[in-house]
Amino acid sequence: MAQKAIREYDAKSILAKHWDKYFPDFTYAYETVMVQNGSELLEAAKTKAWLNEKTLVAKPDMLFGKRGMNDLVLFKDTKPGDVSLAKAASWIDEKSSGDQKVYFSFDGDKPTGEPSVDKLTNFIVEPFTPHKQSEEYYVSATCVGDNDVIYMSAEGGIAIEENWDEKVIEVAFPITATEDEIATAIRANVPKDVAEKDKANFAEFCIGFFKAYRELNFAYLEINPFVMQGNKIELLDMVAKLDDTAGFMMVEEWGDVEYPTAFGMEAKSPEVEAIEEADAKTGASLKLTLLKPEARIWTMVAGGGASVVYADTIADMAGIDDLANYGEYSGGPTTGETKFYAETLLDLMTREKDPQGRGKVMIIGGAIANFTDVAKTFTGIIQAFENYADKMKEVDLKIYVRRGGPNYEKGLKDIKEAADRLGLYIEVYGPETHVTDIVRMALEK
Amino acid sequence: MEQLYTKDTQAIFWNNNKTAIQRMLDYDYTIQRKTPSVAAIVAPTSGNKFEKFFFGPDEVMIPLFKTTAAAKAAQPQADVLLNFASFRTAYDVTMEALEIGGFSSMMITAEGIPERLARGMNQTAREKGVTIIGPATVGAITPGAFKVANIGGTITNIVNSKLHRAGSCGLVTRSGGLFNELSNIIAINADGIAEGVAIGGDRFVGSVFIDNMLRMEKNPAVKYMILLGEVGGTEEYKVIEAVKSGAITKPVIAWCIGTIAKYYDSGVQFGHAGASANGEMETAEYKNNAMREAGIHVPGSFNDLPEIIAAVYHELHAEGVIKNIPEPAMNICPTVRRSKEFICTISDDRGEECTYAGFPISSVATPDTGKGIGDVISLLWFKKQYPKWATDFIETVMKTVADHGPAVSGAHNAKVTARAGKSVVESLVTGLLTIGPRFGGAIDGAAEHFKYADDNGLTPKEFLGHMKKQGIPIPGIGHRIKSLKNPDLRVTGLMNFAAEHFPATPLLDYARTVEALTTSKKENLILNVDGTIGILMVDMWRALGYTETEINEFISSGTLNAFFIVGRSIGFIGHILDEKRLAMPMYRHPMDDILYDVQEAEKL
Repeated sequence: MAQKAIREYDAKSILAKHWDKYFPDFTYAYETVMVQNGSELLEAAKTKAWLNEKTLVAKPDMLFGKRGMNDLVLFKDTKPGDVSLAKAASWIDEKSSGDQKVYFSFDGDKPTGEPSVDKLTNFIVEPFTPHKQSEEYYVSATCVGDNDVIYMSAEGGIAIEENWDEKVIEVAFPITATEDEIATAIRANVPKDVAEKDKANFAEFCIGFFKAYRELNFAYLEINPFVMQGNKIELLDMVAKLDDTAGFMMVEEWGDVEYPTAFGMEAKSPEVEAIEEADAKTGASLKLTLLKPEARIWTMVAGGGASVVYADTIADMAGIDDLANYGEYSGGPTTGETKFYAETLLDLMTREKDPQGRGKVMIIGGAIANFTDVAKTFTGIIQAFENYADKMKEVDLKIYVRRGGPNYEKGLKDIKEAADRLGLYIEVYGPETHVTDIVRMALEK
Repeated sequence: MEQLYTKDTQAIFWNNNKTAIQRMLDYDYTIQRKTPSVAAIVAPTSGNKFEKFFFGPDEVMIPLFKTTAAAKAAQPQADVLLNFASFRTAYDVTMEALEIGGFSSMMITAEGIPERLARGMNQTAREKGVTIIGPATVGAITPGAFKVANIGGTITNIVNSKLHRAGSCGLVTRSGGLFNELSNIIAINADGIAEGVAIGGDRFVGSVFIDNMLRMEKNPAVKYMILLGEVGGTEEYKVIEAVKSGAITKPVIAWCIGTIAKYYDSGVQFGHAGASANGEMETAEYKNNAMREAGIHVPGSFNDLPEIIAAVYHELHAEGVIKNIPEPAMNICPTVRRSKEFICTISDDRGEECTYAGFPISSVATPDTGKGIGDVISLLWFKKQYPKWATDFIETVMKTVADHGPAVSGAHNAKVTARAGKSVVESLVTGLLTIGPRFGGAIDGAAEHFKYADDNGLTPKEFLGHMKKQGIPIPGIGHRIKSLKNPDLRVTGLMNFAAEHFPATPLLDYARTVEALTTSKKENLILNVDGTIGILMVDMWRALGYTETEINEFISSGTLNAFFIVGRSIGFIGHILDEKRLAMPMYRHPMDDILYDVQEAEKL
């Protein structure tokens, strides 16, 4: 996926790194640290004096919002703005010690829906910044349809979503808009509620913000709120996504940025991570998502489109309870890459027998390839069969193959021969059979 | 533009992707195209001038260029760019081509071009009226006319899926693999496709479903359309709008894949980068329902698609909207082909009579043909029919350089070898082997340096300064005894001929201004016969319409020397035959003509 969420800490770090370029008329202290526990915070205080000198705010930094509503922002011990380093450290240790419930939707103050449960592992700590409500502002930018849109408001904070239509000014720009056009339009559209004394500064800050959003290849960038005290800016809260396809151009600009798994999402399994790593290294495409690893139907389908058609068909015919994974390989992977991909799947699907005693099913599907050499990729699958044949038999695995494309006759013949030689159950079909018909055949057995 | 491609469409292929290009040429041969669909290849790092490909059983050469600009300049009729650059460079390649202009469509195969760049590229193309196919696509095809790269797969599959001739369906998909699959399904259940486009899997692609479908609406060959969409995005709604508003009147069959996505939260990415639903409206189910309500033919599932295609096709066929398609004649591509080791582009001895650049020998040999040796040279050396003034000039040159007495190094060598009892050919080559930078080389050198000075607008004074800095005496200037007052009549003859018959002699005119300066320093620093020949050859080629680059290539490949080699061989052979006739004995150089200065070797 091209658009990836990053931590608030990384978003601030990227802006801070380029601050003078985009916000030459403003200052930002960039006093912020990210830690995983209290002792890391105490360690950081040895080099960052402000952690000792100022009172602090601490909150989790794990790609979710509504932290205040979930009572996960530490800004007071006995009264607002009195959080010491020691208090912050102990609070972080307390919050990270066990599972934490987080609600993502609220009706007034009341949480609605089921909470996500996960451990809090990353916290951001910053100085407490006393300011007036009237100094808080909102700005964000993203791409809508073909345009980039900047959203500006004189009011920041959590209330903004509820009052979006009245409070927020939107200005859309085509991708080809020039800096002058953008600056002129932003200056002309400063929200009327922005304090008179701040109007000019607000416009200049938003112009710099939007330029940073465009030039630094953010897919989404939000500061909610920022505090403007003359030329002094504080970034109280940020949300950002990067277009990771631009990563090769942004090595220097982004620095060492991380794409964490969101709170409540299961951490990626080592197998999935291994496939992702292999994918990053090849010009071909290797994708794997584990949906329900204990389920009995596994797919190894070639092609971004065909893999979806197979998944749709299995969901239609068998329901999703039986579907173990979604994935695809395409773009002409090498024999070695295909073997690695097949072995990863075979390893996962042969770990446990079906609890209901049914045999497992492997769908080796695909449309008629344009340029992927079917015999070459199937050689990789055959090599994987050779290494996993015994385990495959233990889980009573039945294999269904359907594929067309360059060299498909040889590929189909080879895989049939190999399975027969290894004593594996296999049915093999070519382009004369409808692409997803093997799903029906497998389910009828 | 009703039709994306025609049978005359030619492409510039960016990146020497041999398999894909060969697939295109196999397709061209199969459908009996007259010209290969790839007119040029851009290969920035290759030093080669062409790449060989099979065209049916034969081979053709596709020219290679280092830049898109050079390829487009050489093949201006090629108005399709097939951009096979990587995701790192695909943007730059597209933008450069848009800047160069003259392209009607561009296909971009790279997946994962930074989104902001892709959007900028797509927008620029839109403003210039250029259709972008992709990025992240396998391309498009107009069956029976033109096929992009790998789309349709192997030639066997293409014929099986009836992609070798136009059917009546307009097909648009996101996925490349499913494009192929659907072509097959359409071939089985209907009569194939008239035009098909896989728009590409990235979030931001150039032409979207509606762009292609509105073109297909105008294309009389398209009788109905099939749209295969995906979960994510809102492009299908534009099609729904067009159907509702009557902008699309032809029957549309459609299906969005990714109905499974509703079972999982947004963390699971099904399929392509563009395939991720933001909100209910972007789900496959919602889109399928919306399309069904708009009167589009939407099956119950992907598996029911064949049935609905057959139904729509048969209805249109029964109504007479779709006629039976006669199966066209088709060439069969040989399965076993061997690449040729040698290439010949000048003469051909395979027919009744050997030809020189297409002309039978008998049509240029005898006097009644009016052709001379200059004509033969123009055919065999340059593959062109030069006008009479030029062939006359070539002959004049060769006659002028035929001999210059026995004392010059080449003639001397030939004579010594002949006296050693060697044959004519052996004696001749020893003479020829002396031809080079010092002997005969002034023709080459004069052409090269005077042309350089003229090309760079150097004044005669600057030219002299330039040559002095290089430490080279100006080639083609100076004679042992001749001067302006006592001119070399060979030079006078050449100049008179040129004055009378050449359309213009810009380089000679320039050389005369240089001569005016050199002779003002020393009487005998005249433009000599070598210089005059070299310079007038450049003027001849200029007048014949060659580009400066081509002329520079003639000079650097030694073509000027070749005139001297052929001409002077006449003289050498004369000297050799002279020695044979005189039966002169073995030659030994007189010892008193040698300075002996031999020291004892030092011990190291």
